Amino acid sequence: MLAAGLRAQLERLGGVVTSTIWRLGYASRFLAYLVLHSGTALRRFRLTIAEIYFAGVLSLVIILVSGLFVGMVLSLQGYETLQRFGASESLGVLVALSLVRELGPVVAGLLFASRAGSAITAEIGLMKATEQLAAMEMMAVDPVARVVAPRFWGGVISMPLLAALFSASGIFGGYLIGVQLIGVDAGAFWSQMQAAVDWSNDIMNGVIKSVVFGVAVTWIAVFEGFDAPPTAEGVSRATTRTVVTSSLAILALDFILTALMFTGGSR
Amino acid sequence: MPQDSIVEIRNVSFAYDAAQPVLRDINMAIPRGSVVGIMGQSGCGKTTLLRIIMGALRPSAGSAQVLGADTAKLDTAALYAQRRRMGMLFQFGALFTDLSVYENVAFPLREHTTLPEDLIRDLVMLKLNAVGLRGAAALMPTALSGGMARRVALARSVALDPQLILYDEPFTGLDPISFGVITRLIRQLNDSLGATSLIVTHDVQEALGVVDYVYFMAAGRVIAQGTPAEIRASAEPFVNQFVNGKRDGPVPFHYPAPGYAADLAVGTA
Repeated sequence: MLAAGLRAQLERLGGVVTSTIWRLGYASRFLAYLVLHSGTALRRFRLTIAEIYFAGVLSLVIILVSGLFVGMVLSLQGYETLQRFGASESLGVLVALSLVRELGPVVAGLLFASRAGSAITAEIGLMKATEQLAAMEMMAVDPVARVVAPRFWGGVISMPLLAALFSASGIFGGYLIGVQLIGVDAGAFWSQMQAAVDWSNDIMNGVIKSVVFGVAVTWIAVFEGFDAPPTAEGVSRATTRTVVTSSLAILALDFILTALMFTGGSR
Repeated sequence: MPQDSIVEIRNVSFAYDAAQPVLRDINMAIPRGSVVGIMGQSGCGKTTLLRIIMGALRPSAGSAQVLGADTAKLDTAALYAQRRRMGMLFQFGALFTDLSVYENVAFPLREHTTLPEDLIRDLVMLKLNAVGLRGAAALMPTALSGGMARRVALARSVALDPQLILYDEPFTGLDPISFGVITRLIRQLNDSLGATSLIVTHDVQEALGVVDYVYFMAAGRVIAQGTPAEIRASAEPFVNQFVNGKRDGPVPFHYPAPGYAADLAVGTA
């Protein structure tokens, strides 16, 4: 009896593992097919620009407002700690480095996943459920090339720009609180920031992170949409999966990338 | 079989799972210029047959010759080239919800031709006029009624002047006026374009008024065929039940179940 129960448990575990690996392989093949069939999206770039508008421009408000608040909170919390060590003039450095290296790409990625990623999944899933993709295929138009690829590239291009704007908005928020409200010296705030933030180690590493997150989130979003069962329930589950999976992917990838970029302060 | 058939189905069988074949040994010939109906109950295999004709599925046995080519032997590029000569109307129209009526009809023209914009405009207006919706060109699909959406989709599916037009349940959910409009349009477009039409439907009474010839399917087989008059007069019990909408017949009213008394637990208390 016990052996049979154990066996059933093991079988279930094995089933979950193999189906997860199978799905990952399927998603990878989908990505390869998508990239190989991106000719239309790049040649008729207007299609991709429309998606940059939907994924990027329409996410601006949430990105800028969130960035502002994150920067303001960083400034408040950072000042409290820094002033204990008499280093409150380094506030600009703390705010800028936290945003550019970590919070900008990660928080912008999480917001992008829930704002744009979920919309992409729902849209593609509903197009599938209402036979729009099948109709396109019957008109001899490849839906991956015409519908999926422009959304993918639109997301990949938008994400680094959104992360940069998030950081910029956050630094402005930090300035508002640190300099205007608390009274840290403006000259010290900006000049220390300028001296301490490094182009390749800080800015570029942040950009690399945001590009990686952009690819991951948009890939998950278009795949979940395209693979969604063509029913109301299927699309709603796929949308949830997009947000959950891409959020976890961002946090896990952030750890891996940070570990790879870590220099131990020896630069 | 006649030489000038647009579609020829020879001994086609199909099964997702070998134990439960969906189609068994189907033979059909659809002559050029005709409007042919494939009718039967939901689940009788008619949609599967349509997918085989579209080239979306390959038959397990037999062959489907469509527009002179064996669909199972075409690669993706050849299949796409073939589909440019075919139009398809989906059950609920399947209009692109992010494009206006005008852009929906222009879609196949933009994707497959390099025509200048003013010529595309003329062609779109011509097609929309044919379905009576030239005035709705600027509307979005969400602003259309079910019947109007179906007409726009019909204009879109004939945008490239196809030789073969496929209809998947074109009458479902239409009010009587829209239904009358759609049936007339199916016939008009077929004759004016010199096309051939294939209608897959379970709306028998409606479809019998428009088709030239009917194939009746049940459980994956063709059980009857003939002109609408022959089908109406058919003595075949299933066809008779279906055409006349009888409650009971070869297709029972009750889903198989154990005895009624047993389910109500009569005599056990």
